[in-house]
Amino acid sequence: MRLICPNCGPRDRREFSWIGAASLLDRPAPGGDFVAWLHLRDNPAGPLEELWLHEAGCGALLRASRDTRTHALAPLTLAGGAR
Amino acid sequence: MRYSGLKVLAEGLRGGAGWRPFWRKAAPAAEYDAIVIGGGGHGLATAYYLAREHGLARVAVLEKGWVGSGNVGRNTTIVRATYMMPGNQEFYSTSLKMWESLAQDLNFNLMYSPRGLLMLFHSDGQRDAFARRGNAMLIQGDDAQLLDREALRALVPYLDYDQARFPVQGALLHPRGGTVRHDAVAWAYARAADARGVDIIENCEVTGFDLADGRISGVQTTRGAIRAGRVGMAVAGRSGELAGRAGFRLPVESHVLQAFVTEGLKPFVHHVISFGMGHFYISQSDKGGLVFGGDIDFYPSYAQRGNLPMAEHVMEAAMTLMPAIGRARVLRNWGGIMDMTPDGSPIIDRSPIEGLFLNTGWNYGGFKAIPASGLAFAHLIATGAPHPIAARFRLDRFNTGALIDEEGTGATHHLH
Repeated sequence: MRLICPNCGPRDRREFSWIGAASLLDRPAPGGDFVAWLHLRDNPAGPLEELWLHEAGCGALLRASRDTRTHALAPLTLAGGAR
Repeated sequence: MRYSGLKVLAEGLRGGAGWRPFWRKAAPAAEYDAIVIGGGGHGLATAYYLAREHGLARVAVLEKGWVGSGNVGRNTTIVRATYMMPGNQEFYSTSLKMWESLAQDLNFNLMYSPRGLLMLFHSDGQRDAFARRGNAMLIQGDDAQLLDREALRALVPYLDYDQARFPVQGALLHPRGGTVRHDAVAWAYARAADARGVDIIENCEVTGFDLADGRISGVQTTRGAIRAGRVGMAVAGRSGELAGRAGFRLPVESHVLQAFVTEGLKPFVHHVISFGMGHFYISQSDKGGLVFGGDIDFYPSYAQRGNLPMAEHVMEAAMTLMPAIGRARVLRNWGGIMDMTPDGSPIIDRSPIEGLFLNTGWNYGGFKAIPASGLAFAHLIATGAPHPIAARFRLDRFNTGALIDEEGTGATHHLH
């Protein structure tokens, strides 16, 4: 599997670490439902919004949309948005 | 006596025409006392114990494909009780004791082989950790023995003891651990459940749940609606999807776990051996194939095939530990979809919906859990109260903090 990093271009999967579902970006406000945010998952068989860290590359936290049945993957984007 | 040497001989002469299927091809009735979703090891065992222990007369198992087509036939067949955390300890200890007499109980040759499980250690720290684990196992009433390097070498001389990076220092031996023929487990439970009147309904996928006022009254399936006030889910990697159809989310991510088998070789691996410094464990099947596996691919997948980096890692670990198997050719590899929980331990509990029960989160350990899981889940479905051996497998433990953190990595999804 290859992931297309917005900074580095196509790179081998081994350069990346999977961080979690992209819902992790939607941190609740203080007093919110942190248990659900941390632990509960949609866990879809199909398109999944998720986060990868380009650990052995540029170090950017990236957002991906990947089909969990086929691993079809669009080019990744910066999770924090473009600056 | 259904089977005997004479019967085998007689059937051999008449082309096997007298053999009968192990279970009926049941059609769904309109209503059941209890429905178990999932015709794998856990689901079939649950149905069997519902009928045997709790006397439920009308029980159905709904299976999307055919019996044994899921993870019960997609694992590395290992059984063991090597756990250290309260919750896991009493549960897996019970399960191993049940494995020991299960073939007699179900009158089916499960080829249970308590060949001994060796967990290798490669450093002083790892030795101390295994000594502690072994003590915990002994206190639980199971068996464990710490072997030094020479004692281990006498048992398994073919490891690369002196390789520079991960020298083998010894192992924790769990003599009662071993393997069981996995397909036979599904068939045996299916036959035994069927004999007690359980309807095993294959090619019947649950597409929805009939819910009103937070209670379940039945399920919608590809073979029509079926009513039941008690429904248990035992669908392994598909738990998240099915929970979604019932309108709630689970602390579960589905990941793929790979395993491999080589061509048949003469017997030489007489134990189950796990490498302590990489994700690799191996046993030799009765057919002679070396069966080995590794870790999950570390990103969610429903693809039922693994990625190459993990395959490469497993092969590297194999060559590091056992260079002798380097020329064996890999015949097959496969990936099973696991329902991974944040703390790596399972859930046998009520769901947010009254009458709907959960059996999920088996992570890496579903196969060895089958008998105890069936017993405990049947108890929960029949009585509404948790069985003592599974009382800690609660859904709300991520709320309360009462984790069963066997690996010591915390409740962190992406680490399991």
